[in-house]
Amino acid sequence: MNAENLIALLIAAPLLGAAVLLVGGRRLDAVGHWVGTLLSAASFVIGVILFADLLGKDAEHRTLTQHLFSWIPVEGFQADVAFRLDQLSMTFVLLITGVGSLIHLYSIGYMEHDERRRRFFGYLNLFLAAMLLLVLADNYLLLYVGWEGVGLASYLLIGFWQHKPSAATAAKKAFLVNRVGDMGLSIAIMLMFTTFGTFAFGPLLGTHAEPGLAGGASEGKLTAIALMLLLAACGKSAQVPLQSWLGDAMEGPTPVSALIHAATMVTAGVYLIVRSAAIFNAAPDAQLVVTVVGAVTLLFGAIVGCAKDDIKKALAGSTMSQIGYMVLAAGLGPIGYVFAIMHLVTHGFFKAGLFLGAGSVMHGMNDEVDMRKYGGLRTYMPVTFITFGLGYLAIIGFPGLSGFFSKDKIIEAAFAKGGTEGWILGGAALLGAAITAYYMTRVMLMTFFGEKRWQPDENGNEPHPHESPRVMTIPMIVLAVGSVFGGAIFGIGDRFLHWLEPVTGHSHGDSPVSALTVTLATVVVLVIGGAIAYAQYGRRPVPAVAPRGSLLTRAARRDLLQDDFNHVVLVRGGEHLTRSLVYVDHTLVDGVVNGTAAGFGGLSGRLRRVQNGFARSYAVSMFGGVALLIAATLLMRAV
Amino acid sequence: MTAPLAAYTTSTGEAFQFWVLGTVAVLGALGTVFMRRAVHSALCLAGTMIVLAVFYLANGAYFLGIVQIVVYTGAIMMLFLFVVMLVGVTAADSLKETIKGQRWLALLCGAGFGILLFAGIANASLKQFNGTGRANANGNVEGLAALIFTKYVFAFEITGALLITAAVGAMVLTHRERTERPRTQRELAEQRVREGVHLPPLPAPGVYARHNAVDIAGLLPDGTPSELTVNKTLRERGQVRDVSTEALNDLRALERRAEERLERTEIEPSIAKRPEEASK
Amino acid sequence: MNPVNYLYLAALLFTIGATGVLIRRNAIVVFMCIELMLNACNLAFVTFSRMHGNLDGQIIAFFTMVVAAAEVVVGLAIIVSLFRTRHSASVDDASLMKL
Repeated sequence: MNAENLIALLIAAPLLGAAVLLVGGRRLDAVGHWVGTLLSAASFVIGVILFADLLGKDAEHRTLTQHLFSWIPVEGFQADVAFRLDQLSMTFVLLITGVGSLIHLYSIGYMEHDERRRRFFGYLNLFLAAMLLLVLADNYLLLYVGWEGVGLASYLLIGFWQHKPSAATAAKKAFLVNRVGDMGLSIAIMLMFTTFGTFAFGPLLGTHAEPGLAGGASEGKLTAIALMLLLAACGKSAQVPLQSWLGDAMEGPTPVSALIHAATMVTAGVYLIVRSAAIFNAAPDAQLVVTVVGAVTLLFGAIVGCAKDDIKKALAGSTMSQIGYMVLAAGLGPIGYVFAIMHLVTHGFFKAGLFLGAGSVMHGMNDEVDMRKYGGLRTYMPVTFITFGLGYLAIIGFPGLSGFFSKDKIIEAAFAKGGTEGWILGGAALLGAAITAYYMTRVMLMTFFGEKRWQPDENGNEPHPHESPRVMTIPMIVLAVGSVFGGAIFGIGDRFLHWLEPVTGHSHGDSPVSALTVTLATVVVLVIGGAIAYAQYGRRPVPAVAPRGSLLTRAARRDLLQDDFNHVVLVRGGEHLTRSLVYVDHTLVDGVVNGTAAGFGGLSGRLRRVQNGFARSYAVSMFGGVALLIAATLLMRAV
Repeated sequence: MTAPLAAYTTSTGEAFQFWVLGTVAVLGALGTVFMRRAVHSALCLAGTMIVLAVFYLANGAYFLGIVQIVVYTGAIMMLFLFVVMLVGVTAADSLKETIKGQRWLALLCGAGFGILLFAGIANASLKQFNGTGRANANGNVEGLAALIFTKYVFAFEITGALLITAAVGAMVLTHRERTERPRTQRELAEQRVREGVHLPPLPAPGVYARHNAVDIAGLLPDGTPSELTVNKTLRERGQVRDVSTEALNDLRALERRAEERLERTEIEPSIAKRPEEASK
Repeated sequence: MNPVNYLYLAALLFTIGATGVLIRRNAIVVFMCIELMLNACNLAFVTFSRMHGNLDGQIIAFFTMVVAAAEVVVGLAIIVSLFRTRHSASVDDASLMKL
């Protein structure tokens, strides 16, 4: 059996799981979670087999394609259901199915007391299938299907506890904001079709040996396409200005936050940009916009993360910030593509681990999310503490751990952009690293160190912090191991670089500062950030009620006023716009239409009187007509 | 006026004939339009048609002239008269126009149409006769026959079919299907008894002292006319003549004369004149 | 005499007939006016026949008569049945299509 034929099975396994679990109904309640987990694991196993197959080939021949059937076979418009498995997709497949399987496992414990657990697993499997379709699609249209599919799964899972109004609202918000981005993707696909006549990856993007059609169009068109793709990426990856949904998305169950809103789905935007590298490379203006978006978002997310007392929202700000790093790297072009993906993978490990740790804490604390009510948890839940701590070290970029290798490379690449831009972007990335160290240390200290601050709730139930069951800790341990060693495995000897280079290409920029300097600077800023956090939260007791704080803190607590901005500009503006449009519609458009109708109505009312029903009246008009005809004939003869 | 002459030229005699008979034709046409009674219209039309027959003869169309008299005036006009009789001979139409503006529009259109037609004829390029002399050389009827059975044979056959269709159509239109068995005399009598009206025969029309026509309602003892005495068809046509006032007036006059003779004064003035024979 | 006078007479008769159709309400009189118009046409055809020196005009007039006869038969049948159902021969009474 050829390896190509396995590709469809990757998607089919979780899709089958989703179908079985969602259609099967209550009689599957008892085994549903195991079915979902096993099918997810099966997909992972197939992924590993394919990975082994790819490794067995030359670097240049590691692209497998599978043509399933013609989806829209129209003359001049060919859309196939075809899959492409190359090094980039392979990386994603392993990340999605691997982390996905671990989170499935974790969810078995986390969702144990939820009576709709089967449905939850159905949605998770649906998400996996859609995400795999997204990364395996061989053309943009099929990618769009996956793109919408993950959006749907995200909506369903954020609003999984729809009995809570906040969850329902958050789901709706995520869906609506994502639609803006989706509109960008659909416009980009249409532009591609009109410009190139195709949207298949093969002819469009080409390979290194023979560049595809993408280089052939005018730069203006390419920039337009690239900006639309960026809009799509912003929506899906919660980048400024479409970032507002991610914080609210934490209303979903924690495994969802870990899988979808940290490790996989939100990185789809990065995948889209890296996959469309051929387009972005030919549109330098668009690339600059991408880097700016990335830099702004990484600072934005980091600042928001500093101010949040809700552990999941602090982590969500961190996610936004880290994806900002990836987008920044992707915008740098061939210097950064590989590191964007590398950071994506390592981030997938440590952020999923952090979220699972947060979920474990919540599990032990009666679903309390306010960090000001934690404190001193390290003795109560040691496994969680150790795994969370390893994730913490990885994300701040502690030397030797995974985050260090990937983030350090991105900062280096940002400086290598050269010129003023390089300094600004590099500085922003470095500043981001310092803030990352600050807020992560803050989360760490507030949760696991200091005095215990929890109080009995109004019913007198005092939380009894306890370690989570093994089904939850095992995935955390595996992810922690990944967080520790992933970077080293990828980074040392540039293994990841060599693996991905055939797809994304790579170039070494001329950095104005040496790699060693960057590394040292990174270490220094993270020590500074950590030290400030320690001074604020480790030395002094943490107040149970948040102090009023500075203006920036208060703004950051409100997500840097993003919702207010959206409300004032988009909601109010939209309302005014629609009201004025309705007014114009009523007065002008309806006026013209109704006026015409009324005019014709009145005219017909008059003309109706001619139709009096008397044959003699009609005869008169006929006779008059004959007279006119004779007159016309005579006139024609006279002329 | 000899026939060949008429075929070639317009002699003085023919001119005289044209002006005299043409006037008659126009008068007849106007009479057709403006006579209040359909019978009079039909008679006027018949007169116009006869004049036209003479003109046909004058124009060398001998066959058509005869056909015009025999078929048109003789047959078709008689058909009209039959229908007029069915509808009611004495019924006169009111010439008052009921549709607003109809008469003026009709006259305007008619005048405009006529003027334009006259202008068209005045502009015609052919102004003199070639005459039918040569065409009629072998006889007018023979010439027509030769054309009808050669050149126009299809049209002739088709008009034959048309005539048959028309005859059948007229039969279909006027034929009334009886949907129920006609009631016998016994059944009719039983119905009358059941309904309890007019068990004896209907009263006879006419006032025997002065009138005995069927369209005059018989008078009741108080002098008012009874509609029952008049035939139903006449009643529906509204052709009942009312002579009741006549009788009452006669009675009143008789009384007055008697009183004068008996020299009784204080006579009321006569209230009603002897009315004309009213017909609606 | 100008031979075209026959045509003028035909035009005049035709116009009178047409006007009569428009202003009379009695269906029978309307029908007679139509006959008058047909006869005016026949006069014109006969005159044309004499002007052109052939018999084709007379043939057409002959056909006109035949068709007129057919038309009268059907038309009078219609009038009779109309009168039978509506007890009126007025063309204005047959105005069911009035609003």
